Amino acid sequence: MARRSVRPVAVVSFAQSDMMRREEHRNDVEVLQPVIQDVFGKIGLTKDDMGFVCSGSCDYLVGAPFSFVQALDAVGAWPPMRESHVEMDGAFALYEAWTQLQEDDIDTALVFSFGRSSMSEIGRVLTLQLDPYYMAPLWPDPVALAALQAQALIDAGKYTEADFAAVAARSRRDARTNPHAQVTGDHSPEELLGDDYVVAPLRRHALPPITDGATAVILAAGDRATELCERPAWITGMDHRIETHALGARDLTTSPSTRSAAEGAGIGRGDDGAVEVDVAELHAPFAHQELILRDALGLGGTAVVNPSGGALAANGIMVAGLVRMGEAASRIMDGSARTALAHATSGPCLQQNLVCALAAEPAGDGRG
Amino acid sequence: MSDEPVTMLATPIRIEYEFTAGLAQSRYLKGIAQGRFLGQRCPKCGKVYVPPRGSCPTDGVPTTDEVVLGNTGIVTTYCVVNVPFQGQSIEIPYICAQILLDGANIAFMGLIQEIPTEEIRMGMRVEAVWVDEKDLGPTMASVKYFRPSGEPDAAYETFSEYL
Repeated sequence: MARRSVRPVAVVSFAQSDMMRREEHRNDVEVLQPVIQDVFGKIGLTKDDMGFVCSGSCDYLVGAPFSFVQALDAVGAWPPMRESHVEMDGAFALYEAWTQLQEDDIDTALVFSFGRSSMSEIGRVLTLQLDPYYMAPLWPDPVALAALQAQALIDAGKYTEADFAAVAARSRRDARTNPHAQVTGDHSPEELLGDDYVVAPLRRHALPPITDGATAVILAAGDRATELCERPAWITGMDHRIETHALGARDLTTSPSTRSAAEGAGIGRGDDGAVEVDVAELHAPFAHQELILRDALGLGGTAVVNPSGGALAANGIMVAGLVRMGEAASRIMDGSARTALAHATSGPCLQQNLVCALAAEPAGDGRG
Repeated sequence: MSDEPVTMLATPIRIEYEFTAGLAQSRYLKGIAQGRFLGQRCPKCGKVYVPPRGSCPTDGVPTTDEVVLGNTGIVTTYCVVNVPFQGQSIEIPYICAQILLDGANIAFMGLIQEIPTEEIRMGMRVEAVWVDEKDLGPTMASVKYFRPSGEPDAAYETFSEYL
């Protein structure tokens, strides 16, 4: 089933907190609230203008049950609002909001997500998403699993450690112009290859930072979008696909779910089959995963990839995927791109992938 | 091998957290360590929240003004606990009540003691009993319990909107 917009829906506002290793003093609500005020302030709306509110977060991060309900204090849930939550990255909350907006009884939606990874050992928390009987009790953390994936890429002769370092070097350089980024720098791939291994073959630079932060996006449908925003970033299609829970059953060097999601989203392709977009924001927490995603998408040479610095510059758990959508949309809203692709991932080793096609025109290249 | 089905599999899980209370709740806990209740007022609707969470849950705006609340309040509603449960530290029966502190616009839960359980009632005026000053700390254990203040009961209309 193709996931194309029937009713035109666009990103009209985007905000994010500064991403940092540890929020020393603020709690989730206090981190989120300025972001919510910012995303409303940019287009002069309030929560009372929202037809729907959807958030993405994970209670395990702070170890507080129903922390996602408490987070609504940052929005103000009175009068009672039409609201939903996903225990996933905010990108998947945006997907839910987009499907809601395909119904024509609402015109606007607020999507937000937040996460403070510093409250716990994030590696252990993320291990709990694995098969609980046979795998999680072994406590393979996300770095170890990603290292298996990276080693598989090397063994298959597809990429080398130098390729991973090149991704990290470019990401850090690009992040220098992103005021919210956590990890920036001007180092050559050769310099980065001097880093120690964390889990071989992954060196320090190939890993995402541990990040606290929050983000928010406002979606609007039809004429409401053009009223609110000079250059809305129209969502022409969006799809997400998942692969098996059993890591051993997957070919970790490829991402068929990303390819399927891109097809479902109707990402425009040239005659050679390569994806044709001006900019792509890929949610690749580990450097080698960007290479897998590029291959799965068939990203051509013309696309600018992760001008924000991507998840290697800031990787808020539950946040970084929605930030990719906001960053990609921002490139259209600021006029620097006509078409964009935003990708979000969830689960170990790119298990689940969401692809969103964005365009400066509602019909876009992805229609039909 | 036995044909008996495997019915139990132990997979121990332990995660440790280093929790940050937040700016508003830290202020509140520091007030508790001084033997007083600190609330915060919403600049939009004027309501005073205790414990404050840094945001008005109705308006979604930061609660910026700090308000020192009284040591007394009203029992808006209550229950008498007769059921023993694991980890119980108080002898049953005991009273668990929603208490609206003077000056606050939200009730919070407290223990009522120094009163026979059959005498508890809605509208009863109560006061906080704190631990000895040397034992005060940034923890709700600093408030031992609430007890009748001896003041006349509050009229129902004065707390009906907080039920």
